[in-house]
Order: sequence, then C-alpha cells, then structure tokens
Amino acid sequence: MTGTVRDATAATDRPLRDLISIEDLDTDDVTRILDTAEQLLPIADRRRNSVPTLRGRVVCNLFLEDSTRTRLSFDLAAKRLSAEVINFSASGSSVSKGESFKDTALTLDAMGVDCVVVRSRSSGAPLQLASYLDTPILNAGDGWHQHPTQALLDVFTMRRHLGDLTGRRVVIVGDVLHSRVARSEVQALRLLGAHVTLVAPPTLLPPAVAGWGVGVADRLDDALVDADVVYALRVQRERMHRAFFPSSREYARLWGLTVDRVERMRPDALVMHPGPMNRGVEITGDVADSPRAVITEQVTNGIAVRMACLYLLLAGAATHTEEPR
Amino acid sequence: MSPVDPTHASGEVLLAGGRVLDPASGLDDHLDVRIVDGRVAELAASLTGGAGADVVDVTGCWVTPGFVDLHTHLREPGGEAAEDVATGSAAGAAGGYTALCAMANTAPVCDAVPIADMVWRRGREVGLVDVFPVGAITKGLEGRELAPFGELAASAAGVDFFSDDGIPVADALVMRRALQYATAFDAVVCNHAEDPALTADAQMNEGAVSSVLGLAGWPREAEEVMIARDLILAAGVGARLHVPHVTTAGAVELIRAAKHRGVRVTAEVTPHHLLLTDDLVASYDPVLKVNPPVRTAADVEALRAALAEGVIDAVGTDHAPHAPELKDQEWEHAPCGMLGLETAFAVLNTAVIAPGILDPLTAVDRLTRGPASVRDVGGHGGGLAVGADACVTVCDPGAVWTVDARALHSRARNTPYHGYELTGRPVHTLLRGRFTLRDGVVQTQEVAA
Repeated sequence: MTGTVRDATAATDRPLRDLISIEDLDTDDVTRILDTAEQLLPIADRRRNSVPTLRGRVVCNLFLEDSTRTRLSFDLAAKRLSAEVINFSASGSSVSKGESFKDTALTLDAMGVDCVVVRSRSSGAPLQLASYLDTPILNAGDGWHQHPTQALLDVFTMRRHLGDLTGRRVVIVGDVLHSRVARSEVQALRLLGAHVTLVAPPTLLPPAVAGWGVGVADRLDDALVDADVVYALRVQRERMHRAFFPSSREYARLWGLTVDRVERMRPDALVMHPGPMNRGVEITGDVADSPRAVITEQVTNGIAVRMACLYLLLAGAATHTEEPR
Repeated sequence: MSPVDPTHASGEVLLAGGRVLDPASGLDDHLDVRIVDGRVAELAASLTGGAGADVVDVTGCWVTPGFVDLHTHLREPGGEAAEDVATGSAAGAAGGYTALCAMANTAPVCDAVPIADMVWRRGREVGLVDVFPVGAITKGLEGRELAPFGELAASAAGVDFFSDDGIPVADALVMRRALQYATAFDAVVCNHAEDPALTADAQMNEGAVSSVLGLAGWPREAEEVMIARDLILAAGVGARLHVPHVTTAGAVELIRAAKHRGVRVTAEVTPHHLLLTDDLVASYDPVLKVNPPVRTAADVEALRAALAEGVIDAVGTDHAPHAPELKDQEWEHAPCGMLGLETAFAVLNTAVIAPGILDPLTAVDRLTRGPASVRDVGGHGGGLAVGADACVTVCDPGAVWTVDARALHSRARNTPYHGYELTGRPVHTLLRGRFTLRDGVVQTQEVAA
C-alpha cells in the first residue's frame, strides 16, 4: 500500500531478480545457488583462470562501508566469470558530502551497469536501491539486516562437509543483535532443514526472536554437546563500552570458543567464523587454526557462491526452465 | 495594503440539510445552520435563506465546529523548504481545521516574543486558519534555561502552551522548574516523552519487526519512563502537563491512573498511531519513519480505546513536513515525521469512526472540544451555539478518495498514505463565517502587503 513499488512489469528472464534477503528465497532457490556454486568451484579455486560466461557485462561494486574482504571476493567472482568490474567506494554515513544515495543510484543507472553489488551500513539500503533501479541488486551486507552471500557460502561449506543439512544442529554464538550474518544464516539454515540454537549474552540477542524458529540457550557448553557446527560471530570490543557486556575477558570466558570447549564437541563437528576474527575474544587462535576449523575454506567457497549468484542474476534463462520470480 | 480583515465575514450563509454534531452541547441532529456576519445565528430544521443569502446544500454531510490541532509543524521561520505558514494553513483548511498550534522547533526557535508574534501575525495575514504559536520550554530547545513564559504569555500571540517538541526535556530538575514556573500563568507544559538514553540510534519500534529488519529498536520503555516521571513531577507541583503523541498501551495505563488520582494531565494521539503498525517498515520507506515510531497492533487497539474512553483527550496531527531530498535517503539518515493535516479526518474516520469504535459525536469532540480544553485557542472548538463565532467544518463521511501526495497543499509530500483509499473528507471549512475551503477547494485569502 505504501512505499516505492517496483515496476512489476519489468521484463526479466533471469532465474533471480535480485538477491537482497534470504527471506525472499525458497528452498529450491537456495539449492539451485548451491548446486551452481558446486559446478563453479573448480573455476573459483583455479588461479589465474576464468570462463567467458559474463564477458561484456559490467558489475559495479558499490561499497558504502569499508569491507576489503567482501569486496575482493566479489571482485574475483566477477572476474573469474570475465565480467568487467568497476568500484564505487565511499565510507562514512551518507554516500559522500553533497551526493545523496538516490543520486548515486541514478548515476549508476545512467552509466548502464548490469548489476550492482551493494554494501551499506544502513539496513534496507539495497531494497531502496532496488526501488530506484531495474538493474539486478546483489546485497553484500546491509547494516544489521542481511548478508545473504555470507549465509549461502556458509551453508555451502556445511553441505560439502556434512551432506544434507536436514536435522543437523548448528549453534550460532555471539553478538546476534548487531549481526546481519546471523539473520541471514538462521533463515538459510531453516530453509535447508537444520536446527539452529542461538547462544548470546541476553543484551546481544534481538528483542524478539520468538518467530525465528530457533532455540535459544543460555550456556554455550550445554548447546555444544550434540552440535554439528558451531558458528562464532564477530564481537566488537567497543560494545563493552555501551554496557552490553563487562569485558572481553569475561566475554571470552563465557561465550568464546576455547580449546577446552571445542574438545567436548563431537569429533567431526565443524568450527566456523565469518571473519575477520578477534582471536582471543570470540575464538582462540588455537581453535581457529585447528583441523575442525573450516574458516579459510569458507573464504574460497565464498568466491564460488558469489560467482553462482552473479551468474544466476545476470545470465539468461537459457539453461533454466523456471518462471521468473 | 493591509492584511485581510481577520475578524468576521459579512452577510448570510445557510448550511442546509446536514447533520449537526456539536460536542459542546451534545447536539446530534439534522438541522440547518444560519450564519450571519460570521456568527452562528440560528439552528433549526428547514430554514429558508434570507435575501442574498449564500445557501449551501450539505445533505449527507456532518456539520461540526472547526477542528483544532494542538500539534502542527509549520516550519516557518527557517524550514520553508518543507512548509511555511501559508502552505501549512492551506493544508489545515483542506483538512477542516480552523486553528493550528505551531510547534516551537523552528529556526530560530520560538523562545522569544518576536518569533511568536511573527508566526501569529503570519497566520492572520494568510487568513486561512488561526495560528497559535507554541512557545519553547527551554531557550534554543537546549534543555537548560527556561524560555520567557511570562513575556510570551503577555505577547500578542498570548502563548499559554510550551513544548520543546522533538526534543525531550531530559533533565528532571529543569522539567520540574518548568512545570512549577508555568503555574504562575496557568500555562501548560508539553514534554516530548522520550528518554534519550534509551533511544540512542533508535530507528523504529523495538520488537519482532525490528529484530528481523536489523534496525535499532526504539523501546516503549523510553516513552513510558518519561511519561511516568513527568506525571509524578506535575502532580508534585500541581502543574498542568500535556502528553503529546501517546503511542503505547503502557503509556495509556500511566495516564489513566494519573487522571484517576487527579493529576492535571491531558493527552493526545496522532492519526497515524491510530492506524499504522510497525510491520509496514519492512518496505524501509523512510516516509514511515516518525518519532515516536509506529508501534504494534496491540498498541493501536489500546490507543483507539483510550481515545473513545477519554483517557486521551485529543487527536493531534504532529504534521511534520520534510523536503523530499531529506526523505529520499537511507532509512537511518532520513528525518522523522510525516504529514497529517489533510488526512487526519479521513484516517480517524476510516480507523475508528466507520468501524464503530468511536461514535461520530465523540470523534468530533476529540478534534474540537478536546484539544480546546488543553489550551486557550480563542474560542475555537467551543461549539455551535447561537452567537458563537462561525468556525465550522463540513465533512462528507462517505467520500471515498485516494490519497495523492502531490495533490496535497503542503509544500512537502511525505504522507505515509500515498495511494491509500480512505473514506471521509472535509468539503467546506469556514473561519468566522468565511469559506477557507469550499467544495474541496482552498479559498486563498492573502492580500499582498
């Protein structure tokens, strides 16, 4: 009823229209992305090589918040598919002094880019961008809201180790309140049938997770016993200055992944982290470097998953029979 | 040229065939209203107009006292890119209002007599509504030193209502002194009820929706803690407190209890808090960003009941125009506020009158006599008795219309109802017998000085 309504008649034969939130996907969508990523993984993993799939297409990385890792990952993903990549970076609150978010969007539109990969510290910015542009929008993280490709690369990594995730138990521990990763992760895991348990200081849980379809546990040790995966979220040390928790020492003691804790997990259980890590706070160095940690593998898989997303957003439907969503 | 005569129109107007709703007298009957020289002259069935009378058929319409808004941001001086007294007055006339209380958060702030008198005088010059300036509680809205209540009260504008609206008086001692000092003038202190420590970076109502959308929550406690504090302070010094834009079920309970024990408190609710809920924010459309935020369905239900019961005395629009370029930003950077004057009756009608939550007479009370009981608005909202000023609104409760942001009279377009189909609309508005809105068309009056 209200708001900017997208032009619903915009013609599209793309398998994916935009990728803004995992909430917009169904189980088949996720499976299709993961299967596509599986096919692309050999290319993602191969140094100095590419396929001509997206030759002549222009992908714009619109990074309104610094994130070198994510931007490089998208950069590589696009280049391995032979797309041209342009970068539009501006840190700080609004895009930059004197140019509004809307003007930036209109500028990109006028330049005729084929896809905008957008990262913003403002929750909802990718959806607003989609209301201004017909170009496919790929959300590379917005505020505390969503980080869909992170969630997809995570479930991709889990699936490669564990197979079907139905009935698998995943513990997500840390600052859920401020985490776009957690919101996307929970939704992706639920779509694939996994059981999710959140563990966090009460101050760092969102005010209402009752509708999320997850369990909530107070004690990490109890939750870890039968977990297949423990996923540690990054916690910002400055949070303690706003009275979310008393100190990073206490945080590490109660909610950090230590060798003692992790040793009590099942032998094949995985340790994951979205990076960048605060070694010694949410995860000790020894755990991060242990064989059960698949954190660097997540990074490699991230390229394949982002290639899959770009491919499904930009390629024609020639190889797909699904109706556009 | 001098401004238009702001007093009474001459000649005879006959409003024929309408349903007269006059909360002051409890009158609800089908009567004709004869207006002579700007005053109500006669109410009776089947009147005949005298020679030269302007006879207006208002069959099917409600004839009520002119609406009074306690909470309007006219933005002049300083915010003319969004609104000024002329455009805001036009929006008011189109919304059935004959009196608007212009909030003090202008630039410069209305914390001195020249500003108050300028706003009051501009209202007279524009001539579409009477504008009653609200004085600031503290100089510059800084929350430290009191604005000159006494001087403002003695000014031409006759300010008896003080608010730092938009910014709470956070310091309890300053608030207590403001309440205490205001008693010397029988003035009302209206504190924006928000504990700023609890709303640092807040973006929307805290709850299930904010949890999913990843927007920082605006807890209901922030509003309720401040209202509780102010009620206790006002009771302690025997002062008059007005609570603007109540939004939570808990706040309603606090005010209900305070009224029960005799605290001199009045309260208002906005039309948008009677209709909109926080799930709409999933669009991230900044037009929905407002302070205090839209809450949940349970809050809406409690507010509607409180308005019906009289715990909440008045509907106040919190009409808050913002230039389009400010609203066309990411949600977290967009300013708070939405337009309200031109849609107030329609929203009230659609949300609470048509569904039977408020009967028409009570609803009209909350638009007229209710707000007029909070502060002195010069006889507005006082009723349609013979001899009273003919400040009259004629509404068609059955008119179905689709809101078009660009068709509104405000300079800004930030209505949350763009594209909504609403029922009920003012057709005519009369200010002391003169049409300021006729057949839905604003009758611009201003004569160039």
